[in-house]
Amino acid sequence: MPTAAKTGNEAMAEAMRQINPDVVAAYPITPATEIVMIFASFVADGLVDTEYIPVESEHSAMSACVGASAAGARVMTGTSSQGLALMYEILPIASALRLPIIMSDVNRALSGPINIHCDHSDTMAARDFGWIQIFSENAQEAYDNLIQAVRIAEHPKVKLPTMVTTDGFIISHCLEKIEILEDAQAKQFVGERKAEVSLLDVEHPVTLGALDLPDYYFEHKLQVAEAMRQASQHILEIAKEFEQQTGRKYDLIENYKLDDAEIAIVALGSTAGTTKAVVDELRSKGVKAGLLKIRVFRPFPAEALAKALANVAAVAVLDRADSYSAQGGPVYTEISSALYGKTKAPKLINYVYGLGGRDVTIDDIRGVFSDLQKIDKMPTFNYFGVRE
Amino acid sequence: MSEAKKPGWRELPEADVLAAGTADKFHTGGWRSERPRWIPETCIQCMICWIACPDVAVTTKDGKMTGFDYDHCKGCGICAFECPTKPNSIVMELEKK
Ligand code: SF4
Ligand code: SF4
Repeated sequence: MPTAAKTGNEAMAEAMRQINPDVVAAYPITPATEIVMIFASFVADGLVDTEYIPVESEHSAMSACVGASAAGARVMTGTSSQGLALMYEILPIASALRLPIIMSDVNRALSGPINIHCDHSDTMAARDFGWIQIFSENAQEAYDNLIQAVRIAEHPKVKLPTMVTTDGFIISHCLEKIEILEDAQAKQFVGERKAEVSLLDVEHPVTLGALDLPDYYFEHKLQVAEAMRQASQHILEIAKEFEQQTGRKYDLIENYKLDDAEIAIVALGSTAGTTKAVVDELRSKGVKAGLLKIRVFRPFPAEALAKALANVAAVAVLDRADSYSAQGGPVYTEISSALYGKTKAPKLINYVYGLGGRDVTIDDIRGVFSDLQKIDKMPTFNYFGVRE
Repeated sequence: MSEAKKPGWRELPEADVLAAGTADKFHTGGWRSERPRWIPETCIQCMICWIACPDVAVTTKDGKMTGFDYDHCKGCGICAFECPTKPNSIVMELEKK
């Protein structure tokens, strides 16, 4: 398999080139700009057959994606932070109309105060819009996840829009060596989109997006909820198929040295990589430390997670976003509810960290593990990396 | 449709996909507070009203304007506003209660 040095953004653009979507509608925003900028050069150079729509805002980008996807096209876009926020109005329309739009989102702090660096507040605020959400630890995963996202979104039992995220600058701008599928192999893996209806099919005209009042709306929303429940098993099937092609294994969650762990961290995105380094270090000193990385945040892998954490004594959930709920970050509350009522469950504490691109160091993670060793003395809600 | 006959979420077409042409079955005439009246004597058959009507409620026959489809005309008055003749060949009148 060919290898190349790519940043996260380049890796995602490369995946888009191989996917060769019918339509891309996008508006540039730091730190995601490069993804669609590099892709635009592929269009200009005739390397893809894509209709590229340079729209005037992200609201228009997602609206154009909805229209093109309803016409039966395979549609992709990329954005970040305020750009994703400007799409919020359209995101639940895409899922309600069951349009398998595929998005790269580079996680960046939501303003304000204005900031262009990484945290997960943009993606977490979009968690309840019926979009599948997949987090990446590094550029390789960003590439692999985006290729798989096409199949996940378009699976006939799923048909839900899907976003694949990387961490702003940390992954998006960091150069790594990654393995890339051969073009033909990628093309074969993603196949062609087979839309059941198309607004351009004048022989079989349909109405899409009609007013859906109290007598029908609820049933349509239940269909989305059920599709999300079904999605997990299909995400796993597609991961298996991807593994057969590449040897790279994917699951809803990744358990790193968790089997016999006494203390563990739950993290998403690039912090999982930092945590692995600390887990290795602690293991070499005989400390039974582990990591649970959440890859798929929507649908939330509650069962897998509760099972994986059942025998761990103390767990710290790291949230790179705050909910301002006075009840911990979004990942923490999800995990608490996943563990509720389980007879075997760890003691749980929460850390909000890394907001607005605040650096996450090996020392920070060492500190969390040392807190876990005295969890009985710890408050439930904590922060690290913030000045007192 | 009675409550019992409405499909449950498993049977209901996904994504609110409906047959085409449903707007044809949906009569918007009841919303109207003013109705357009055509004055054929001054009409020059320019078809501007036909182009401008957002509800396809200007009726035609053999390429000529013939009046209004009052089942779908919602009385917005755009046709009367756009009609170029002096005096106007479309006037808006209060809908009789
Ligand atoms: S009043 Fe409005 S809806 Fe009625 S015919 Fe004129 S333009 Fe059409
Ligand atoms: S716009 Fe006036 S003149 Fe032109 S076709 Fe309509 S009614 Fe006749």
